[in-house]
Amino acid sequence: MTTSSLMMRPRVPSWPAAANAVRKSLNIISWLIVVVTAIAVIIPFLWMIGVAFRTPADLYSDPARIYPAHISLAGFRAVLTQLPFVRLIVNSFVYAGGATVLLVLFDSMTAFALARLRFRGQNVVFIVILATLMVPFQVTLVPVFLTLFHLHWLNSYQGLIVPRATSALGIFLLRQFFIRIPRDLDEAARIDGANTFTIYWRVIMPLAKPALASLVVIQFMALWNDFLWPLVVTSNIKMRTLPSALTLFSSQAGVDHAALMAGAAISLSPLALAFLLAQRFFVQGVATTGIK
Amino acid sequence: MVITTTRHEIAAPPRSRKRRRLRWNPAYAFIAPSILIIGVFIAEPIVQSAWMSLHTWSIGSAHHPFVGFANYTALWHDSRFWNALRVTCVYTVTVGLGQLVCGLALALRLQRTRWYTALLRTAFFFPFIASLVVTGIVWQFLLDPQIGLVDGWLHKVGLGTPNWLQSTSLALPTLIVVGIWKNLGFAMIVLLAGIQTVPDVLHEAARLDGASALQRLRYVTLPALRPAILFTAVLATINGLQLFDLSYVMTNGGPLFHTESLVMYLYQRGFVDFKLGNATAISMVLFVIILAVSLIQLRLFRYRDDD
Repeated sequence: MTTSSLMMRPRVPSWPAAANAVRKSLNIISWLIVVVTAIAVIIPFLWMIGVAFRTPADLYSDPARIYPAHISLAGFRAVLTQLPFVRLIVNSFVYAGGATVLLVLFDSMTAFALARLRFRGQNVVFIVILATLMVPFQVTLVPVFLTLFHLHWLNSYQGLIVPRATSALGIFLLRQFFIRIPRDLDEAARIDGANTFTIYWRVIMPLAKPALASLVVIQFMALWNDFLWPLVVTSNIKMRTLPSALTLFSSQAGVDHAALMAGAAISLSPLALAFLLAQRFFVQGVATTGIK
Repeated sequence: MVITTTRHEIAAPPRSRKRRRLRWNPAYAFIAPSILIIGVFIAEPIVQSAWMSLHTWSIGSAHHPFVGFANYTALWHDSRFWNALRVTCVYTVTVGLGQLVCGLALALRLQRTRWYTALLRTAFFFPFIASLVVTGIVWQFLLDPQIGLVDGWLHKVGLGTPNWLQSTSLALPTLIVVGIWKNLGFAMIVLLAGIQTVPDVLHEAARLDGASALQRLRYVTLPALRPAILFTAVLATINGLQLFDLSYVMTNGGPLFHTESLVMYLYQRGFVDFKLGNATAISMVLFVIILAVSLIQLRLFRYRDDD
C-alpha cells in the first residue's frame, strides 16, 4: 500500500496529490469502520454458539473469551431434557409451515380472483383488504383471544394456524404481480377448454413462482420468529413454539446459560440454513414486502 | 371507426349469458377462504375491540357494564400509559433514524457487487433473520455484568462495567442500540434495491459536469432514493410502534417501567390483569397512531405503482 502511493506521488501535481492522499485515507478508514461493524454484528451469534458449548465454570472464569476452553455438550443435553424440546421444534414447524402453506394458497386464490376474474362486489372486497392492511394485529388480539376461547381453540394447532392463514399484504402483493401477466394467456387456455381453476393452477401460479417463493420465505420467517401470538394463544408448554418456550425457560430461576444458548442456536438454525442457501429470496422478499 | 364498432359488438353479450354469470361465479369460491378468515379474525374483531373499549370487561364475569369513554379518560390520567407512550415514541424515532442513517451509509459503501461486498451484506443482513426472542436472549446475556462478553471486554481494558439492563438511565438506550443492530440490515437491503435503480447515465452526466462525489450523492443519489427512504422510514415506524418482544425478553418492561412499551402495557392489562376494557382502549390508541402512519404508506405504494 505504501510503496504504491510513494510511486504515484511524482506523476501528479503536488496539491491534487495531497487531496488524493486524504481521499484515499478516508476511503480506507470508512472501509475499516464497515468491516469492524460487520464483525460486531456477527460476534453475538458466534458468542452464542460458543456459550452453548461451555460449562458454567468455563464461562465465569473468563467472560472476555468468545470460544470455549473445551467443548461440553451439557447445554444441549440439558435443553433436550428440561424442555419438551423435540415437541417444541415440531410445533414450530407445524405452526410456521402449516400457516405458510395455507396463507400462500388462500392469498393467491384471492389475488387471482381480484386480478383475473370479474365478480360483483370486487371493488368492495379489494377495499376491505386494503383497509385491513393498516390494522396492527395487536388491535384484534383481545377479541380474537375471546373468540378462540369460546371455540375451545386455545392451546391447539388450529387456534394457532387458522387466524394466520391469510394476510392482506400477501393478497395485495400477489394481486399486483398477477395483474401484470398478459391476459392473452387466460384466453388461449380458455379456448383450449380450461376451466377457471385450471387457469389459476396451471397458467398463473407457475408464472408467479418468483413472487410466491419470496412470499413463502418471508412468511415462514415471520411465523417461525413470531412471539406474541403463540404466547397469547398457548399456555400449555406442550403447545408452545420455540420463541415463546425459550422466554419461559430464560425467566426460570437459576437459568442454565449453556442450555438457553443451545436452545437459541437450535431455534435459529433452520432459518440460518435457509438464508445461507437461498439468500436471494430473503432479500427480494424483504425489499418488496417489508415484512419483518 | 371500424375498431370502435367491433368493440361495441363484443361489449354487448346476449342477456341470457349475463344472467347465468350472476348465478354462479367461481370467483366467490376463490375468495371464500381468505374473506372468511379476514372477516372472523380481523374485520369483526376490530369492531368488537372498539365496542369492548367502551365497557368494563373482565374475563369470567357475566356482565360487562357500559361505561362510555371511561377507559379512555382513565388512560388520559394514567401516568403509566403516558410513560409507555413516551418509551414507544423514543424507541421508534431513534431506532428508525439510526437504522436509516446506518443503512444508508452501508448501502452507499456496499453498492458495487463484488465478492467482499456480498459477504459484508450477508453479515449485516444476518441479524434480521434471527427472531427478536433469540436476539433479546443473546443480548441479555452479552450484557450480563458477570458472564457477558461486553462487560468482560470493558473490564479487560479497565473501563467500568455498568449493569446495562438494570440501570434506569441505560436500559432504554441499550434496547435502542440492540434495535438498530437488529434492523440496519433491513434498511440497507431496501436502500440498496433503491440505489440499483438509479441509472448509471445520471452519475456519468453529473461527473462530466464536474460534480464531486458528495455533490453526486446530494443531487443524484438521494433524490432518486426518496421513495426507498420513505418506504424504510414508514415500515420502521410501524414496526417500532409495535415494540414488544425485545423489552419483554430483555427487561420485562423494567427497571421501574423504563422500557415498558404500549404493546407491553396492553399485554399486561389484557392477559395478566384480564382487564379487557382497558386493554382494548390501549389497542385503539395504538390503532389510531399506526393508522395515521399507514395512510402515508398507502400513498407510497401508489407512488411506487406509478414508476
